[in-house]
Amino acid sequence: MTNHIDLGTVLRQTLAANLYSNLVTRSTGAAVRTQIELLMKSSERALTIIDFSHVSMIDFSCADEVIAKLLLRASGGWDQETDVKADLKADLKADFETDVEAKGHRESYFVFRGMTDDHWDAIEAVLERHGLALVVERDSGMELVGVLEDCERRAFQAVKRRGRAESWELAGDLGEPEPAVRNALDRMWHRRLIMRSGDCYMPVGEVA
Amino acid sequence: MTNVITVPPSLDENSFEQVLEHMAAVPQDAKLLLDARHTRWASPYGLSALLTLGQTRDHTRPTLAVPEADDTASYWARANFFHYADDYFDLRGIVPKRGPSGDSQVLLELTPISNTDDIHDVVGRIQEKAQQILAKELGIDPKAIVGFAMTLSEVCQNIIEHAGRGGWVMVQTYNWAKRLGRRVVVIAVCDAGVGFRSSLESAGNAPADRWDDAAALEAAVIRGVSRFRDPGRGQGLAGVRKYVGRWGGKLSVRSGTARIAIVPDWDEDQPLEENLPYFPGAQIQVTIPERIAR
Repeated sequence: MTNHIDLGTVLRQTLAANLYSNLVTRSTGAAVRTQIELLMKSSERALTIIDFSHVSMIDFSCADEVIAKLLLRASGGWDQETDVKADLKADLKADFETDVEAKGHRESYFVFRGMTDDHWDAIEAVLERHGLALVVERDSGMELVGVLEDCERRAFQAVKRRGRAESWELAGDLGEPEPAVRNALDRMWHRRLIMRSGDCYMPVGEVA
Repeated sequence: MTNVITVPPSLDENSFEQVLEHMAAVPQDAKLLLDARHTRWASPYGLSALLTLGQTRDHTRPTLAVPEADDTASYWARANFFHYADDYFDLRGIVPKRGPSGDSQVLLELTPISNTDDIHDVVGRIQEKAQQILAKELGIDPKAIVGFAMTLSEVCQNIIEHAGRGGWVMVQTYNWAKRLGRRVVVIAVCDAGVGFRSSLESAGNAPADRWDDAAALEAAVIRGVSRFRDPGRGQGLAGVRKYVGRWGGKLSVRSGTARIAIVPDWDEDQPLEENLPYFPGAQIQVTIPERIAR
């Protein structure tokens, strides 16, 4: 159920004459994201591993296109926090929803692999800008990075420990009220940071 | 009558303003001679801005009297200045042949930026030299090397995204003994495009109360305002500002009649200058100093 996308390979396919392995410039980022979305569209797999292992660096503009827009479009959400004029935001949201409808939107999950400190400055900046978070694969296992509330971080760790659990079980583990834990879990599910099947929640990365 | 403007002996971001002050009185269609015969030194900004000035003289091709000092002229040649200046100036004097670029202080010779491929190329070329020169010779933290390449990419993208015409970039290290007593690495990016004010105006970002070049620079550099409606825009210069702050560097951006600067402790520059002589486009300089404790 996993689709593996090597960004280094996508970059070389996108820029025929590119001798380097740098994800730089907004137009390159847009082209790479388009290619990723094409690869995802051609696959029935819901979980996609985005692999940075063969990318030397990424700049802010490219990170905004490749990371932020990919997450925003996949989660079906829109950036509500940014200071955009209301009519313009409505236009953008309408464009997005049309796009989603045309693609037959389905649940898409991402795990980011091979991210290093060399990539992090730009990625952290765009996550903060849009209020986003993502699942990153580390030696210690799957971790959440980006903009999250403390209760979401705690709930994620609880899901990770259990592997698969209902909200009342996780609330018991955390010693917190079940409705609050369920709200945190549902928010993360809407952001595609954890999976949900019926009443059960499970970590995204565990099946990667 | 030919208008003669003397290029200062030391041509950098500050002294280039003298050239612009004299230029302000010269009509576009007037004959112009830029006399650089006694110029002995030029920063990356000085050379990039001089080329940009040549771009702006659309009506009559100006003449440039090249430096008489062999080492200066030779350096300008190695920096690719004459190669590109030939497109905009009638060069007068002895112009050295380009020769091999063996100058280890020049990380990136004057390079035209007009499309995305150019940026991929300059970032890749910088990375090849950056580890050796920035980390080993300037003692710049290895963590700052990647940020340096990101900064270079973002300031060059400013040309692609906003200028509406090509510009120039140059990167060099040099010993800034007089001002700082340390070596520095400098990125200079200059274009003669539409500038920040016109770029932001095109998206209706001009407030009714106060709007001029200084306000446009404050909006773009300090508040990350972009002409694009995409909420993800405007992060590039914000990222550059964060980077120079983190590594004790300096960022200055000139556009139209104003200049804004993020000024570190070691410098006494003005954070904002207004009512400067008009110069089209945008001119950006990033300076990162050598680490003190090595």
